[in-house]
Amino acid sequence: MEDIRDLIGFNVDDGYIEALVRGYKSSLLSSVDYVNLTQCETLEDVRMHLNGTEYSVVLQDEPSPLTASIIAEKCSVKLVSDFQYIRSQSTNPLTKFLDYLTYPYMIDNLVLLVTGTLHERDIGELLEKCNTLGSFPAMSTLSIVSTPEELYREILVDTPLAPYFAECVSFDDLTETNIEIIRNILYKAYLEDFYQFCCSLGGTTEKIMCEILQFEADRRIINITLNSLGSKLSREARENLYPSIGSLVPEGTLKLSRAEDVQSVNSVLESYDLFRRLLQYSTDSPGKSLEDSFIEYEVQLSKKTFEQQFHYGVFYGFLKLREQEIRNILWICECISQRHRTGIGNYVTIF
Amino acid sequence: MASAAGDRLNVVPSRMTLTQIKGRLAGANKGHSMLKKKSDALTVRLRSILKQVLEKKNLTGDVCREALISLAVAKYIVGEDFKLHIMENVDKSSLKVSFHSENIAGVTIPVFEKVSVDDDGTEYYGESVKDISGNGVSKEISEGLSNKFHSYVSLSGLSKGGQQIATCGENFRKAADTLISLAELQTSFTLLDEAVKITNRRVNALENVVIPRLENTVAYIISELDELEREEFFRLKLVQNWKERESKNAQQLREQLERTRQGFSSFEMDSYETKERLVEGLASNDDSDIIF
Repeated sequence: MEDIRDLIGFNVDDGYIEALVRGYKSSLLSSVDYVNLTQCETLEDVRMHLNGTEYSVVLQDEPSPLTASIIAEKCSVKLVSDFQYIRSQSTNPLTKFLDYLTYPYMIDNLVLLVTGTLHERDIGELLEKCNTLGSFPAMSTLSIVSTPEELYREILVDTPLAPYFAECVSFDDLTETNIEIIRNILYKAYLEDFYQFCCSLGGTTEKIMCEILQFEADRRIINITLNSLGSKLSREARENLYPSIGSLVPEGTLKLSRAEDVQSVNSVLESYDLFRRLLQYSTDSPGKSLEDSFIEYEVQLSKKTFEQQFHYGVFYGFLKLREQEIRNILWICECISQRHRTGIGNYVTIF
Repeated sequence: MASAAGDRLNVVPSRMTLTQIKGRLAGANKGHSMLKKKSDALTVRLRSILKQVLEKKNLTGDVCREALISLAVAKYIVGEDFKLHIMENVDKSSLKVSFHSENIAGVTIPVFEKVSVDDDGTEYYGESVKDISGNGVSKEISEGLSNKFHSYVSLSGLSKGGQQIATCGENFRKAADTLISLAELQTSFTLLDEAVKITNRRVNALENVVIPRLENTVAYIISELDELEREEFFRLKLVQNWKERESKNAQQLREQLERTRQGFSSFEMDSYETKERLVEGLASNDDSDIIF
């Protein structure tokens, strides 16, 4: 029933933008493009190959010498401008959905600025380095605060992240807790909120987005567990960072929070079909870590969003695929500039 | 003699100068042999450092390459901007270099030592450098240290790519270690090279300029002294000859006088007075100088 409601009403508001995104999707680099890129000897060759793609506009005026970071940066500029165009065309609730997509970047930017303020760095310099996708109007006002108290108040008053912040981080946390933990708490709150929002949208969007977000949550839980092994992070603190959604909740998270080494983590994951497959994949293929298999699975999920119509998942999928594409380009460029031919194939082909 | 003035010292040829110069020559010879030994010692050291520098340079290439690749991996997994977050979180250095100097055959060369600082601010001296050489005891400390280090950094990238960031950090630490020891070797190499050059210059200067000059001076003084001696001998001989001749003349004169007196006594002298005056004159002037 809900699907039919999507069918009837979707194109009224969002049909044009969905078409737009599908258009963008078709301009993603193909496997042939990647093969060509990996054959390049220098970054100039890469530019030449990219000139035949959608990145020609941003790269053609770039003066030599190129570096891998410059290429990646320019490609991100393209992504940001595309995304902002989509957002400017959208109406609610899609606008809100797209805003949700920018929150992770905002969290990153905010954390960076908070760190800078606490360490008394020049905020103006940091502002330039923030991710443009996650920029928010109040960012520049953050640069004038001088004390942590002011900073805390400013975040609560002025940023879109205020609800998460008010909920999870007290003023004392801001100065005392490791900033990385604050970031993860914020991200956890964001993920749960986004999940709720997607559920409220209903229909195909709910179905597709919830699967993706659950995977995202699971992946965070596993990563946090693996990365905090042997660190000072206590069991409670670790559990506190786990999002409350995902297929691992509640049994898996309970077991993972008790895990003390990699073996016990693996044995917990063995009982889940998906993660057993991913683990198997990462052990079978040499040079690939679990992280790589996560990335590949995420790409698969993102690709799957394009298989159905009339839902918002495509926007998420598009953003993730483009990000992956930029990371692929960055990787290939790094390998070329370091003449690391053996690892150059370690990217994830999208189409 | 004027043309050879460059080859010898401008001294007054006397016996005292000769002893002085001989003393200097002996000193120069001793200095020469000592400097030669120093130069040899330095050269041996220089060779061994050169060998190490070459080894380290090759190693540095590999280590840095590995570090950069692991950085690329971390960038790929975590995203381009993770380094900003790490950079902003740094408030004190976890790796310092301490400096003291070592003396090799009179040349001071710097020794750089790695100092690792952990979270609590405790400093560990140069473990990882030894770790490369496979020292068992220090390896343990170093492992403990790397765990601490891991805990310090691993919270960055907690949700994504923590392991990659940790690997990256570890690789860059290795690169820093290698660079520190390379810097030490390289500086020592330059300093030693300079020292060897200076020493060789001194050795050559002694060998080719100072010692020949002193030898020439000695030869000159000896020859001058000989010359003087010969002159003296000749003069003495001359005087002797002359004296002999003079005494011969005087003898002849006396004989003549004697003969004259005998002539007088054979013939009656008319006046006793005249005879008396003559004898008187002879008696008062029996020196050979008297010339009639």
